[in-house]
Amino acid sequence: MAEIQARFHLAWPSFTLDVNLTLPGRGITALFGASGSGKTTLLRCLAGLERPRQGFLRFHGELWQDGQYSLPTHRRPIGYVFQEASLFPHLTVLENLRFGLKRNTQARPADLEAAIELLDLVPLLDRSSVNLSGGERQRVAIARALAVRPSLLLMDEPLAALDYARKQEILPYLERLHDSLEIPLLYVSHAPDEVARLADYIVMLQAGKVLAQGPLLEILAQLDTPIRLGQDRGVVLQAQVIEHDHQWHLMRLAFDGGNVWTRQHDLPVGRKVRVHILARDVSLATRPQIGSSIQNQLQGVVDAIAADSHPGVMLVRVSVGASALIARLTKRSAEILGISVGQPVWLQVKSVAMME
Amino acid sequence: MLSTEDIEAIWLTIKLASVVTLLLLIIGTPVAWWLVRSRAWWKGLVASVVALPLVLPPSVLGFYLLLAMGPQGPLGKLTQATGLGSLPFTFWGLVLASVLYSLPFMVQPLHTAFEAIGERPLEVAATLRASPLDTFFSVVVPMAWPGFLTAAILTFAHTVGEFGVVLMIGGNVPGQTRVASVQIYDHVEALEYSQAHTLAAVMLVFSFVVLLALHVWRKQPSRAH
Repeated sequence: MAEIQARFHLAWPSFTLDVNLTLPGRGITALFGASGSGKTTLLRCLAGLERPRQGFLRFHGELWQDGQYSLPTHRRPIGYVFQEASLFPHLTVLENLRFGLKRNTQARPADLEAAIELLDLVPLLDRSSVNLSGGERQRVAIARALAVRPSLLLMDEPLAALDYARKQEILPYLERLHDSLEIPLLYVSHAPDEVARLADYIVMLQAGKVLAQGPLLEILAQLDTPIRLGQDRGVVLQAQVIEHDHQWHLMRLAFDGGNVWTRQHDLPVGRKVRVHILARDVSLATRPQIGSSIQNQLQGVVDAIAADSHPGVMLVRVSVGASALIARLTKRSAEILGISVGQPVWLQVKSVAMME
Repeated sequence: MLSTEDIEAIWLTIKLASVVTLLLLIIGTPVAWWLVRSRAWWKGLVASVVALPLVLPPSVLGFYLLLAMGPQGPLGKLTQATGLGSLPFTFWGLVLASVLYSLPFMVQPLHTAFEAIGERPLEVAATLRASPLDTFFSVVVPMAWPGFLTAAILTFAHTVGEFGVVLMIGGNVPGQTRVASVQIYDHVEALEYSQAHTLAAVMLVFSFVVLLALHVWRKQPSRAH
């Protein structure tokens, strides 16, 4: 799995990037953090757009940078999507798409066709690249990066410059990309919903340093992780739509260990989705609850307990089958219920946020 | 009407301005690009030298060039040693002087155009496998196209309007260095006011049309951007 080894030290007057990373050679890795945490700078170092004096970068055994040596950007087999689409204004959509293709002997026309199809660009091909909406422009930019047949795809907050509606327009394409992509994709983002929806692996950056990293679903289920997607702690589960209840406008999602009801969405049975369950929306009981408005009850076993940021509350991790959920409860409740590791409990899940 | 000498002077002027514009496109483009891209500490030095002809009296520039091109000057020694002969009072001497004199008129519009492109398109091109040279011709030149046109027109017009440097370097050799501006001067000296009028009017109309064309071009709703 360790296909990307990166070590960069870069010192600017107001900012220092100091990272030493090993990243998986497959799937989507989110570079996550607040503005100014160094996500974009790290991505630019990987692309060779930034040349740190001290650095080391090896990709699939190929040396891209070592000290003074740095493979120029145009010789690295990458695809790069910038935050603003940055299409060439003097070229049409098709000419933009063909720009890299013409210059890369590895790329084949079939790659371009696949990219055009994946991002639904056929109706736009003859348009001038300046007369496109923000969402269309970003789709062209993504296809343009794919058409060069990269070995590594880098995206720098490709949705950050778009409004909510445009973002929803692009996300499904990125999910399709996620399913079909055989190369690693490094995705810079500060948006928790994008990360929860897309990432397999997460690298959390803070002030130019790596705060934590690991497989997203696993790391979010660890009580000692500093990673939060959004303001509160929570876990992300991989689930699948298994049933629609049209009478009550609900649908049932199955995950590895149980299933939950949530509000109905227009998704076919069998569709894979991710759900985000926050610690504050999970409560514990020692017996199954009757007479509760909360319909989602799961049975599990407490497998870890940890302090939380406030002295009055604590975090309890409960394994449910092969999955784990985290609940936050007051220390007093824990004391009264006698919560301890190994104890069977019932979880009540008040809210399940589906990432779709 | 225009005499044969007048027409000869006009043709010579057009020839001079065309050669100078072409040479300056070749010389000025890399200079302007370097000035935009370089981070060398002596960049400001080069920028000042390039801009110098804007403020320098033409006679000063012409005087130093005359010294340099003269038989004792470094340039003169070089041209004589290489068998090119002497440069002062020849067409090519005039070309050399005009290239220096009109340099800022080529470099500054190009500098502005290159600067306006910014870093991003160059980075995009690099991530799409374009080498720096390839990027220059396939991205920078098409995007800076209006800048090239402005620079070429200004250079051409400025060379046409040159007088002081020509007089210092070229003197007044018919068919060699007697350009339109010098010809007008000659007419006036000889009190041939009506002939001076005609030629002056031609120059006036030319300059006006050039500036008008440039204005219309800039006002046009942008085509590709």
